[in-house]
Amino acid sequence: MTLLTDEVVAKVHPTKLRGWAFWSAMSMLALLGAAIVFLIVAFLLSESFPLIAQGGPIRFFTDEGWWPRDASFNMTPMVLASLYLTIGALVVATPLSLAISLVTTFKAPARLAHVLHNLVELSAAVPTVVYGLWGVSSIVPIVNIWSPPGASLLAGVLIVALMIIPTITVLTQSALQTVPTAYVQGATALGVSTSQTLLRIVIPAARQGIFSAMVLGAARAIGETMVVLMVCGNIVQVPTSLFDPVRALTANIALEMPYAMGDHRASLFVAGLLMLLLVSALVAVGEWVGMRQRKMIS
Amino acid sequence: MCPMEIGEEMNKKTWTARHVGVPALWMLGALLCLSGCNRETDQKTEAKAVRVSVVGASTIAPLISELAKAYEREHPGIRIEVQAGGSARGIMDVRSGTAVLGMVSRELKPEEQDLQHALIAKDGIGMIVNKSNPITGLTKEQVVGIYTGRITNWKDVGGDDSPITVVSKAEGRSTLEIFSGFFGIPYKDIRAHVIIGDNQQGIQTVAGSPAAVGYVSIGSAEYEADQGAAIRLIPLGDQIPSTAAVASGEYAISRDLNLVYKAPLTEPVQDFLAFARSNEAAAFVTRMYFIPVTK
Amino acid sequence: MRRFHVFGFDVRDFVWTFVMYGLTLTAVAMLLWPLLTVFGNGLQVLSWDFLLASPEDAGRSGGIAPILVSTLGIVLVSLTAALPLAFGVAVMLTEGFNPAGWPATILRCSLDILAGIPSVVFGLFGLSLFCRQLELGYSILAGGLTLACMILPTLARSLAFSLESAGVAHRAGGAALGLSKQSVLWHVMVPVALPGICAGVVLALTRALAETAVLLFTSGYSDRMPESVLDSGRSVSVHIYDLSTNVPGGTPNAYGSALALLLLLALLSFTVHALTRWMQRRMTGNTTRSL
Repeated sequence: MTLLTDEVVAKVHPTKLRGWAFWSAMSMLALLGAAIVFLIVAFLLSESFPLIAQGGPIRFFTDEGWWPRDASFNMTPMVLASLYLTIGALVVATPLSLAISLVTTFKAPARLAHVLHNLVELSAAVPTVVYGLWGVSSIVPIVNIWSPPGASLLAGVLIVALMIIPTITVLTQSALQTVPTAYVQGATALGVSTSQTLLRIVIPAARQGIFSAMVLGAARAIGETMVVLMVCGNIVQVPTSLFDPVRALTANIALEMPYAMGDHRASLFVAGLLMLLLVSALVAVGEWVGMRQRKMIS
Repeated sequence: MCPMEIGEEMNKKTWTARHVGVPALWMLGALLCLSGCNRETDQKTEAKAVRVSVVGASTIAPLISELAKAYEREHPGIRIEVQAGGSARGIMDVRSGTAVLGMVSRELKPEEQDLQHALIAKDGIGMIVNKSNPITGLTKEQVVGIYTGRITNWKDVGGDDSPITVVSKAEGRSTLEIFSGFFGIPYKDIRAHVIIGDNQQGIQTVAGSPAAVGYVSIGSAEYEADQGAAIRLIPLGDQIPSTAAVASGEYAISRDLNLVYKAPLTEPVQDFLAFARSNEAAAFVTRMYFIPVTK
Repeated sequence: MRRFHVFGFDVRDFVWTFVMYGLTLTAVAMLLWPLLTVFGNGLQVLSWDFLLASPEDAGRSGGIAPILVSTLGIVLVSLTAALPLAFGVAVMLTEGFNPAGWPATILRCSLDILAGIPSVVFGLFGLSLFCRQLELGYSILAGGLTLACMILPTLARSLAFSLESAGVAHRAGGAALGLSKQSVLWHVMVPVALPGICAGVVLALTRALAETAVLLFTSGYSDRMPESVLDSGRSVSVHIYDLSTNVPGGTPNAYGSALALLLLLALLSFTVHALTRWMQRRMTGNTTRSL
């Protein structure tokens, strides 16, 4: 009986050690990646906690209004504005993205599909400031003709939708590409018209990917800062019509942070925390729906 | 036991070690390495350039940047780094010692008297309307009426029949404070339709909206109007807004642009401060469309 | 399925196809509009001098060379930091953890939440962690690291997706040959997934280049030629922001810089594509098109 038993060999065999090194390295990297969010939460909490402890968390929804100089921090109108902007942008962007993805994946010749793909990629590279600048000089005056002041919820919805179209399109394209060609071929063989194939067969088959594309688009829309700062009017009020100027929570942080001190500054960090909670809720919804679909498929 | 079973058993036993223990060790190592990357030590090893850090309001940042570049050309061996971040950050950083000079686009408040200040330039604040608006001027009472929401249509002040779009600045901005101070409108009473952050945004908003009225830096407004932007500076009662009028003191509404610091300052910085207030610097100030305060 | 045939003509199909093409056309027009504005205004300003000179007069004349260098530095730092992290996350999500188990769910959720955090919050976080706590000051390094945190979700998601789509056949084949999991991953699936990885990197790059608020707070405002990654240097997007909102008369050069940014992106995209094609040829002996 030698010392080199099976157990010993299995423990120190070079491939086992290499496996150890590789997987532990991957775990470390994954852990680090996941830790970033927790670091951010810790950071936001540390800056905002004194203010939350002072008056309790409810005051951020029940105070008199947003008068930070007078210790009145009601964020409800801004939270609602952010939500309306996100929902509006999703409603406008999803059909458009879906249309582009369907056309490039199924209907367009390879050349055209390539050109459209490059166009979408190029649009994603335009800095948010430029979108804001273009919005103020092109879109807001047009909305103004319809109903002053022009800088409004509508302008914000349109431009944010434009900005998330590339995000949703790229992900939807990947989702559509994973639909087995057998489905499309089978449908054609059965004599199903093109539109019905796409609507009734392809989209449902890819709906998990499309849904996750929408979630990512919504997350992007909710976090948009520069554009809403420049085209939404920045009035703290609950909008009663599409033409009302609004102030999104993100725009508020960017607008007031450079000049905020003390409690005012802490309140902006509370706003950041609130944004985090909103996005987490959005992600949780997405994850829950995704899990239901996974259960349905498996 | 065959190797496969040994392998599986080992997998289960070592899961914690593989997925938590070893990664934690790697991370510790990485953190130690990163903390070694320290700017301060780098500075000590190459003491050839004196680094002066200037932080504060983005309004003044371009001006100080240009002044810094001009100063460095004459005085090699000093590096003046300008960072934006707002007047509040300027004051915070000077207080904590992170920055040597702070850029503050207003007067110092009573609770900020622990800092010294040096006046660099003045910035006039004037009312602008869209170029297509026919009115010739507004009185103080009319402005108060418009901004508190009592007067809502241009025809009530001698213009066309269209609702007024009121443009005001965000809270905390010195321009707003001076505006509300001069006209005696508490900021809570201001009824605006659009709130803007920067001067340029104000000019763009008024230029794109025929029924708008707003208040911005006179220098920028003059320049943009010259370049063809659809805006017009309007007189306030008998006060005609122009950079010359602010310089001579005829025009009353203006704000101070300051550099703040904690005494005592080192000699190179004092020298730079003197340069920033000299006659040479006046050319830079005018190019940024502010009003120089040197004689 | 009922047919809506009128005069031998499928009305429903026609309407839906019309709607689809109509929406596509609207979307394309809307996407083109800002791009054309940038091209139109930017071409008037763009020239070799513009790309190679330093900024003067607060950026209203001169060029943007130091700013391009800073931007490249920031992008390189962020990719160097983010790629290993994203690779680790993607590998653990697809191969390491059970996709339905709690570690994978936590990982996925934390990435998704990270993707939705506003850029302003990232900027403040980066300022506090990298600039102050780790004492990197306003620097390209701090900016790159913060940006790495921002592009991590996009990158990890693309990587995970391309690894997943590498096909069961490859994984099964590797297992059948008795290769360990990590050998299959490294030697078989990564080369196959390279086109997808490349697309993910380019996507992350576009997002990185377009960010403003983050970089303003971390890599700073200085428009000088940076001498090391510890120097402060503004990126092109911060320059555009300053010129268009802070400097009277800066708008023409802002558009010129925007155009330069788009050209930079095209160049980087081309480089990444060429690099992955070369890598794939080295690793597998031939190149495959996108899955």
